[in-house]
Amino acid sequence: MENHEKHIREPFFHIAKRDTVVWWLAWLIRIASVAAALIVCAIVTVLLTGENPIQVYITMIDGAIGTERRIWGLLQNTAMLLCVSLAVTPAFKMKFWNIGAEGQVLVGGLATAACMILFGDKLPLIVLMPLIIAASIVAGAVWALIPAIFKAKWNTNETLFTLMMNYIAIQLVSFFTYQWSVPKGSGQIGVINQDTRAGWLPEIGDNDYLINILIVAALTFAMYVYLKYSKHGYEISVVGESENTARYIGINVKKVIIRTMLLSGAICGIAGLLLVSGTDHTITRDTAAGRGFTAIMVSWLAKFNPLVMIFTALLIVFLEKGAIEISTIFGLNAAFSEIITGIIIFFIIGSEFFINYTIKFRKSKGGAAQ
Amino acid sequence: MGANAAIELKNITKTFGSVVANKDVCLTVNRGEILSILGENGSGKTTLMNMISGIYYPDSGHIFIDGKEVVIRSPRDAFDYKIGMIHQHFKLVDVFSAAENIVLGLDEKDKFNIKRSAAKIKEISEQYGFEIDPMKKIYEMSVSEKQTVEIIKVLYRGADILILDEPTAVLTPQETQKLFAILRRMRDDGKAIIIITHKLHEVLSLSDRVAVLRKGEYIDTVNTAETNEAELTEMMVGKKISLNIERGEPKDPTDRLVVKNINCVSREGVKLLDDVSFTARSGEILGIAGIAGSGQRELLEAIAGLQHLENGEILYNNPKTGTHDNLRDKTPMQIRDLGVRLSFVPEDRLGMGLVGNMDIVDNMMLRSYRKGHSMFLERKSPKSLAEKIIEQLEVVTPSASTPVRRLSGGNVQKVLVGREIAASPTVLMAAYPVRGLDINSSYTIYNLLNEQKEKGVAVIFVGEDLDVLIELCDRIMVIGSGRITGIVDGRSTTKEEIGLLMTKTQREENGGAL
Amino acid sequence: MITSFIHRAVMQGIPLLFGSTGEIITEKSGNLNLGIPGIMYVGGISGVIGAFLYEQSLDTPQDANAFFAIIIPLLSCMIGSLLMGLIYSFLTTTLRANQNVTGLALTTFGVGFGNFFGGSLIKLTESEMPSITLSTTSKFFSKTLPIDDIVNSIFNFLCQTFPSIAEHTENYLWIKNGLLGFGEIFLSYSFLAYSAIVIALLASFTLKRTRTGLQLRAVGENPATADAAGINVNRYKYLATCIGSVIAGLGGLYYVMDYANGIWSNDAFGDRGWLAIALVIFAVWKPNLSIIGSILFGGLFIVHNYIPNLSVNTQEIFKMLPYVVTIIVLVVVSLRKKRENQNPASLGLSYFREER
Repeated sequence: MENHEKHIREPFFHIAKRDTVVWWLAWLIRIASVAAALIVCAIVTVLLTGENPIQVYITMIDGAIGTERRIWGLLQNTAMLLCVSLAVTPAFKMKFWNIGAEGQVLVGGLATAACMILFGDKLPLIVLMPLIIAASIVAGAVWALIPAIFKAKWNTNETLFTLMMNYIAIQLVSFFTYQWSVPKGSGQIGVINQDTRAGWLPEIGDNDYLINILIVAALTFAMYVYLKYSKHGYEISVVGESENTARYIGINVKKVIIRTMLLSGAICGIAGLLLVSGTDHTITRDTAAGRGFTAIMVSWLAKFNPLVMIFTALLIVFLEKGAIEISTIFGLNAAFSEIITGIIIFFIIGSEFFINYTIKFRKSKGGAAQ
Repeated sequence: MGANAAIELKNITKTFGSVVANKDVCLTVNRGEILSILGENGSGKTTLMNMISGIYYPDSGHIFIDGKEVVIRSPRDAFDYKIGMIHQHFKLVDVFSAAENIVLGLDEKDKFNIKRSAAKIKEISEQYGFEIDPMKKIYEMSVSEKQTVEIIKVLYRGADILILDEPTAVLTPQETQKLFAILRRMRDDGKAIIIITHKLHEVLSLSDRVAVLRKGEYIDTVNTAETNEAELTEMMVGKKISLNIERGEPKDPTDRLVVKNINCVSREGVKLLDDVSFTARSGEILGIAGIAGSGQRELLEAIAGLQHLENGEILYNNPKTGTHDNLRDKTPMQIRDLGVRLSFVPEDRLGMGLVGNMDIVDNMMLRSYRKGHSMFLERKSPKSLAEKIIEQLEVVTPSASTPVRRLSGGNVQKVLVGREIAASPTVLMAAYPVRGLDINSSYTIYNLLNEQKEKGVAVIFVGEDLDVLIELCDRIMVIGSGRITGIVDGRSTTKEEIGLLMTKTQREENGGAL
Repeated sequence: MITSFIHRAVMQGIPLLFGSTGEIITEKSGNLNLGIPGIMYVGGISGVIGAFLYEQSLDTPQDANAFFAIIIPLLSCMIGSLLMGLIYSFLTTTLRANQNVTGLALTTFGVGFGNFFGGSLIKLTESEMPSITLSTTSKFFSKTLPIDDIVNSIFNFLCQTFPSIAEHTENYLWIKNGLLGFGEIFLSYSFLAYSAIVIALLASFTLKRTRTGLQLRAVGENPATADAAGINVNRYKYLATCIGSVIAGLGGLYYVMDYANGIWSNDAFGDRGWLAIALVIFAVWKPNLSIIGSILFGGLFIVHNYIPNLSVNTQEIFKMLPYVVTIIVLVVVSLRKKRENQNPASLGLSYFREER
């Protein structure tokens, strides 16, 4: 009898795919997940610091937007992350897993630094600036082109290929930082052309970063239009959704892969340019600072929509800045921000489940009673 | 019900989103009998069986095995009740050998030893007369070999309730007869056998009782001996239908597409098309008959510029310019640039013809988005085309901006065929255009094809239902193992003649091997 | 020189071997876990935390007990990496989240976790260097056979049995050197290094020759088929991912406790986790090939130290080698296209039974 009952027990719930979700419910779920994540983060922080959670949040907000300087820093960092996210988006929409944005940004930055160092005092600004821009774009594009060609021709795994290209880029930067180090042999380049400011992006008004932000804003809008309203964007969607369909209607899939990766790499190159010429005025192995990876999450969280990415990038940078502030105020390690970012992303990733699926609970009726 | 009822279903209901796949279905299968489940495509047969085998879970209802209520939560539960299902789409791991696939998921007490399992498999296959190499990899097997593996898999597990989902769709008549003989032997062994099919003659020749489903609802169960084709058809489709497809005489047919001696070889070196030659004429429908997977897909894809050919020619006689262009090994773009107006309704609608996640408007653009020199898309005319198709073909959809994957099979096909016809083609190829469609939608498609024929389009129709081919097509070309085995006149031919041609090469090959 | 190169190459290769064996097991279930780099960090730091707590509990280093000094860091490492595997499994298998994004988030989290606790411990010890040293427990982890003693006793034994050797010792010194070389190449490692090889061989055997292996492979190739065959797909995915994570985590533990002699400094582990993932393709999803592959990669990792007269900047170029080789392997594998050498067919996809 016991065995029999065991067989008859109905599953308590089962999972079914949702047909569609009204947009407000989807966003409600996402917002709820962020809220839940913030609560978990607060608990973690409280456990580590012993402070009350309100104080923790105030510190966080203060760290992100407490002063005008911090607001600019927040916007600048958001712009940089957004720029890289824009770069990876067309490739992901095509289901090309480019996790090599890090390297593409780095070689773009390297090309910028090279032009600044080699031609900074030799060429007039009117020649130098276009040269820098062209060099960074080409460098980023080439770095993306190499895996793209192999993917298109032989279907070589692009995830690992682009990943390896990151490390080659890092070593390349290492090589050149030794080559050009100031003082010789220190392995550091220092601020390039500090006196002449040759090759630096100009300031607008009084602000160092405004030009970066404006460039990225323009790029965001352009990418939105490109993906949604251009023929190229349409082809990218078709290739991403179904390569068979693309073949069927005569899209040259290889060409689209290569073209899209060139674009992806070129925008990474621009990000490198903005970081080196517009922000740091130097280059190190860490110039890209993991943005190539974070950008993937930003882009994915925004469902590849460039306008939504403004908010997802802002959210991530806000958390990062806030967590860094918490770690300085309460004497924690700076890596705290990565833990916080990780937790938040786990929650948002997890919430997608509740958007795509529903859990149906079994109506209570005693099957065993019969 | 009888004391020997193996399975009894009571009021089973299952929905997918808003689609009701099964509604209050009741069914009984006894031991020692073969029950056919008859129903049109989309009538919920497979869904129902998937609930017995633990793939789906019913929303409500009860399942009894040997009179006791059971809950089947997973395929493993189903095995425990000795239920084995042979799916229409084989559930095999391609890179595994036959033996590895057969023992997969078993908890045998003894140590894992694939060689010993292979010996046991040999034993079972000899007992029932199967021919199989247990160490052969699945990806090297033919369709019927794969089916054999599936059946042995179930037998190996000692199943005594067997469910077969459309087992004959991929078999030759000879293989079908062999299978039926085996099934009868199993019935005599006292096993309960359920066979899903929509082929009436198979139902009549094989089963003891027939259960009929229509649009997810259970209609009735009758004893085979006490029924006939007409009655079953009526139960299946609801009202008596005669397959009266209009067929006009071709109007001054001229050669539109001349295919000469084309050959196509797969990556593994198997000949997919073997010296195929034929002509498609304007103003007529050329049917292509054959067992699934005999090279139909490759043939159409070769014409559409999607398949590389070893040699041969595909000549297109352009009615406007009068030139003869060779389409062989040209890309779809190059073909279009030649001014060839070729439309193609592929077999895989959502995987090739349409993009499931895009809305109807964006799917309309697939063919036309390149128009104009602007970098940007023009969505106005695709939108009006979408609305036109929705209206004229009575596509049931909330709006033109609904993703096509959310439409039902018939509506998806209407969207696809509508788009292809909108390009006013001179050649229209359609692969299995009515597969999975209800009767009404099927007739819409037949009418559309006939309209095109009247307009002087050369229509190529790949079908599986011989009755339809015979009533719709002017000429029927039969393909077997990549070879053309005959071209017959649709008005004078018989099913028997086509059936014979379909198996011709295979019989020759079998004869050679014996 | 050559023997010491091989010795160092093996030492370098062992973390990669742990990582790639773990990832192979995971990938065989159809989960592409890009969180391995993070998991290895967590494995390392959890071991360090365990060791740190143990060392703090001792009055003097002499009180250290070999059993506890090994079992405490080992267990905490395993628990840490198991939890990481559980996070990944829960998100990708139960909640069916995108595997690539989940993996990357896990790596961000794991590296952050490692550096956070690493940094915190460093601060706690108030050490002047940006690192924490756990020499007491590390000693137990890096314990190897006393090769010199063994070789000496063998040689003495030979001298006694064959008087001719004893008379002309200098002529027979090659025997001794040979024995020493053999010892250094094959016998000079700690127990964790040998366990890495044993685990890889065991994994290889399990995948190829056992029922569990067959079912695991089926899950990764075609989960719908496995499901229909009555295999609990989610259970296999969970188990494979968690076991894989624990194995990978051991790589992190080996790195700090043996290779780095118990010294943890932030970011020192570097990008070995990513290399481990690349190794999976190099080894065409076979853990036994991964043994050779990881030692080879270990060699490439340090070859710049063994080429004389390299300037600092050329060394940086040589450090590209493992990555360049990985790319070449990737390309070669994609050119060959042998059916059995491809990745598991459902790799990277989540499975939902009622998918229509």
